Amino acid sequence: MDFFSQILNGLGLGSIYALVALGYSMVYGIVQLINFAHGDIIMVGGYMVYFTMVSLKMPVWVAIPVALLVCALAGVLIEKLAYHRLLTKGAPRISLLITAIGVSLFLQNSFMMLFQSDPKSMPVMFMNGMIGSPGGLQVNSATLLNIAVSVVMMICLQLLVNKTKIGKAMQATSEDAGAAKLMGINTNFIIAVTFAVGSALAAVGALLYCNTYPQISPTMGNLFGLKAFVAAVLGGIGSIPGAMLGGYLLGMAEVLTKAYVSSTLTDAVVFGILIVVLLVKPAGILGKIRKEKV
Amino acid sequence: MMKKTMRVAAAVLAAAMMTMPLAGCGGKDAGTTGGDTIKIGGLAPLTGEVAQYGTAVDNAVKLAVKEINEKGGVLGKQIEYISYDEKGDSQEAVTAYDRLVGDKVVALIGDVTSKPCKAVAQKAAADNMPMLTPSGTQEDITDVGANVFRTCFIDPYQGKLMATYASQKLEAKTAAILYDSADTYSTGIADAFEAAAKDLNITITNKEGYQGGSSGSKDFNTQLTKIKSSNPDVLMIPVYYSDVALIAVQAKAQGITSKLLGADGWDGVLEKIDASNQDAVSNAYFCSQYSATSTDEALQGFLKKYKETYHLDANMFSVLGYDSMYIMADAISRAGSTDSDKIIEAMKATNFKGLTGTTSFDEKRNPIREAIITGFDGGSYKFIENFSVGA
Repeated sequence: MDFFSQILNGLGLGSIYALVALGYSMVYGIVQLINFAHGDIIMVGGYMVYFTMVSLKMPVWVAIPVALLVCALAGVLIEKLAYHRLLTKGAPRISLLITAIGVSLFLQNSFMMLFQSDPKSMPVMFMNGMIGSPGGLQVNSATLLNIAVSVVMMICLQLLVNKTKIGKAMQATSEDAGAAKLMGINTNFIIAVTFAVGSALAAVGALLYCNTYPQISPTMGNLFGLKAFVAAVLGGIGSIPGAMLGGYLLGMAEVLTKAYVSSTLTDAVVFGILIVVLLVKPAGILGKIRKEKV
Repeated sequence: MMKKTMRVAAAVLAAAMMTMPLAGCGGKDAGTTGGDTIKIGGLAPLTGEVAQYGTAVDNAVKLAVKEINEKGGVLGKQIEYISYDEKGDSQEAVTAYDRLVGDKVVALIGDVTSKPCKAVAQKAAADNMPMLTPSGTQEDITDVGANVFRTCFIDPYQGKLMATYASQKLEAKTAAILYDSADTYSTGIADAFEAAAKDLNITITNKEGYQGGSSGSKDFNTQLTKIKSSNPDVLMIPVYYSDVALIAVQAKAQGITSKLLGADGWDGVLEKIDASNQDAVSNAYFCSQYSATSTDEALQGFLKKYKETYHLDANMFSVLGYDSMYIMADAISRAGSTDSDKIIEAMKATNFKGLTGTTSFDEKRNPIREAIITGFDGGSYKFIENFSVGA
């Protein structure tokens, strides 16, 4: 019984990792950029919820679209202002990576200036309590909500990528941006859409995060983003189901280590997984080895 | 932002102190030592990272000195308080201590933080200098010599106190502990709670750790799931208020009904829980050395006077600093002399009622005093009772 509860705890935590990992994966898939500022988008989302619900005293259904829109917009702006020139001029990868770290620091410090550095407490958003189920098993409603939302989001994203014109254009851009351009695809627009969708998913992650762990701080995206990145690598960066799988597995690995091994080893296990994956199966569980285009 | 203003304020204050003519110079005749005043030294970080603790202590000590001198001083003489800034650094603290010895102080109030305090204690022990630290919590500071006393509780004492409270007042038979294994404050209290609970026949069902700190874990569901399945009477959470806020809300969400217990790190927890979640601590108790909401007249008078004098709110450090000065003055007056040995003997026999309660010292020169148990009522703190281990 306890073990089952712990598995659910792991899936609940993993769902949030998964939603954030999707953004890492999508952006990497399309422009081969590891967007380290992506973790801080959760933080932006968290503060948007705080701003609408606590500062403006608006109900939660106002906070949801605000967080989604602001995060999507932030994603697009980051791409346009920080990465776009580097991407189009074919700058070396390392410059992009350093820019991404710079953007991450910029976001953290600007939010520290806007909202002070001390943690802020979040109000009750959705449900967060125990609900009984047949067999006397009690389940945390926030955990169930996390799992349900993450699954729905993944299905929607799969439909978007595989069934719509924009999705097909994304795939084409990912495969060969030059050729896609020649076929009449506005690749700049597609890249912007990818950043927007990825950041909006991080906003959904932020909403679930705030509901489950009601406290936010300007640096909350640091470690959380890094772990989501590990999840993306574990599942196979560039793959949507892979990111989800990676998120769930990582969440469970973390919780089970905490529950049955030692709470001090949790982070060691998480980053140990990253090292092992990179050594044994660098493409991740569901990832495909890409041929480097020279 | 806050830190910067504090630092500037501390610097200004330090500068002001240098230029200020040293206070006191009572016209009374020379006593046993032959001076006009009784010089008491002070060490505190008035600039640097921990300046806000140092200034809080130093300001409060000065307030106490002024009051004592207005009432005629000690042994018929005025107290002359000489304090130096040690910047929170052990090396600086030792140098500053040597300067105080050169100034011929008869006793020392300080240091403020544990590390420099220990360094100074070692020198003071060699000199047999009566020393009283208002706020050095590290347990082994007073082990250095029989001349070293402290006003604040040591961390493990709070663990013992809460275990006793759980047993005597809450009639707890089972207890769980959730603590930050990366923090000495938290592990110290957790270990002491566990040891005391065993002596009191309380069964410890779980002792769960987590990795705290600014990038530490925010997910406590794993530990709470384990704790919930053993359903203990009380759950001891000896961590700082930001983490308490997260743990309490997640414990509520998990449906944990155990009474929550905490130590003085809980002070400020309500400000970190949104009003919609504050019922998470409706069934919680924590201990502290003083409570700003206490109805004690002397304490309220001090808080008001401090605010009027310094335009800052007094905190726990100020209250401890203020009491320290009075305890030292009381010991000197009972000693009837400024001889080191006589002051130390008098200190050992201390039974002084100050703002934090009535203080005496145990054989390790740590204070024995009642703690304040605070609970919660809706969205505010509620004074429950004074409680001490001996009671």
